[in-house]
Amino acid sequence: MTAQLDINQLLDQLENGLRRMIEDRQVADPVVIGIRTGGVWLADVLAKRLGIEGPIGELDISFYRDDFSRIGLNPRVKPSSLPFDTEGRDILLIDDVIMSGRTIRAAMNEIFDYGRPASIILATLIDLGARELPIQPDVTGRTLELDANQRVKLRGPDPLRIELQETGH
Amino acid sequence: MTANDRSPNHLQLTRDGQLRHFLTLDGLDRSLLTDILDTADSFIEVGERTIKKVPLLRGRTVVNLFFESSTRTRSTFELAAKRLSADVLNLDISTSATSKGESLSDTLLNLEAMASDMFVVRHSQSGAPHFIAESVTPGVAIINAGDGRHAHPTQAMLDMLTIRQHKGSFEGLRVAIVGDVLHSRVARSQIRALNELGAAEVRVIAPGTLLPKDVESLGCTVEYDMLRGMKDLDVVIMLRLQKERMEGALLPSEREFYRLYGLNREKLALAHPECIVMHPGPINRGVEIESAVADGPQSVILNQVTNGIAVRMAVMSMAMGGQVADRQMQQSERAQA
Repeated sequence: MTAQLDINQLLDQLENGLRRMIEDRQVADPVVIGIRTGGVWLADVLAKRLGIEGPIGELDISFYRDDFSRIGLNPRVKPSSLPFDTEGRDILLIDDVIMSGRTIRAAMNEIFDYGRPASIILATLIDLGARELPIQPDVTGRTLELDANQRVKLRGPDPLRIELQETGH
Repeated sequence: MTANDRSPNHLQLTRDGQLRHFLTLDGLDRSLLTDILDTADSFIEVGERTIKKVPLLRGRTVVNLFFESSTRTRSTFELAAKRLSADVLNLDISTSATSKGESLSDTLLNLEAMASDMFVVRHSQSGAPHFIAESVTPGVAIINAGDGRHAHPTQAMLDMLTIRQHKGSFEGLRVAIVGDVLHSRVARSQIRALNELGAAEVRVIAPGTLLPKDVESLGCTVEYDMLRGMKDLDVVIMLRLQKERMEGALLPSEREFYRLYGLNREKLALAHPECIVMHPGPINRGVEIESAVADGPQSVILNQVTNGIAVRMAVMSMAMGGQVADRQMQQSERAQA
């Protein structure tokens, strides 16, 4: 299975999908925001491929998670950085893996605390299904179904590679 | 993390080393102090947004219990809690229930019965927040906002955050604390934090009458002559002259104190040229510090206030997280039993 996960192929897929979305929606001047950590690496690469200039936004959603009352605060939280005005802008939101949809819910809440964007297009490298919220990516590199003992993780930033781990039980 | 029954950590940390109360810096190690500073750094960014609010403590109730008056500390705690989306109740205890004869324990039990999640406690008695955490309301997170002459841990941590922002790290730093160390709860917490975080030297500069006995045992050197003491300093922290706490004749006069221990431009020029000037406020201009210094380019006094909100947000959310973890642990133990 590992052999099938060629990162460049998936990035091509994302790039093409995003180009189509940008064209369909007639987005003139999008900004790119990645969700830490993997999403930020991907956002960097995709912005370059799409020829989008200007700084990349970085979101740390730790303060917006919905499981604080179960697990408390993430001890490795870093500041979010959106070095542009999001009000009225078209946003390309990038993450590495989507599953329950809760991370994207948190990310959208955080984005709205900076201002009201005109639109958000969501792109994720890998879609593992198992959704718990009505949130779907607009563009996906690859849909995967994992066995219960398998985990997938994006490593990077240079080079980017996808790691498939067997947890062994 | 090891914790025997007598250490403050038995009370303020969960078994896996998370903060659940914030009572004192004693016993907290460098890695936890650094976690607090890193988390606070993230909250600084929140304070710079148009909407300065995150939903971490939504639906939680924080009660500011001030048995002693305070403007800056109380209002920054209030803002911190509100920026975490908590509901905040401000109680000025000195003018309410206790004057009708209700005991401290009864007041607190009533507040606990209102489903409070956190008490921020300021008290003139050393050890009061510790006592509340231990004996009165163990299920409520207690944050020490200053107790007697004992500790003022959030003030010390906001000072550490300010120093780290301006100096990058604590390695090799020479820091002086000047003035009324005897009556200062802040100084004790600062000395403890600076040593734990790796400052090269912590120096206290004061007349002997304003120093506690055996002050060196706190982990600092002592200098009675400020002109000598300013040499090579990277950071100078001025303390407020606690006029309301002065008993008897510890000082010849304010004017004499200012001449010897007040920070003016001439004395500051003896320090390292990039030495920063700090003061916990409120400032007594012309008593501890010259206006030109307090408002000058080396002053970071207003940064301290901004950082105070971020540090308090960090400590509150970490302690609330620790309480949550505690409850989870107890539940799973009960389930196993």
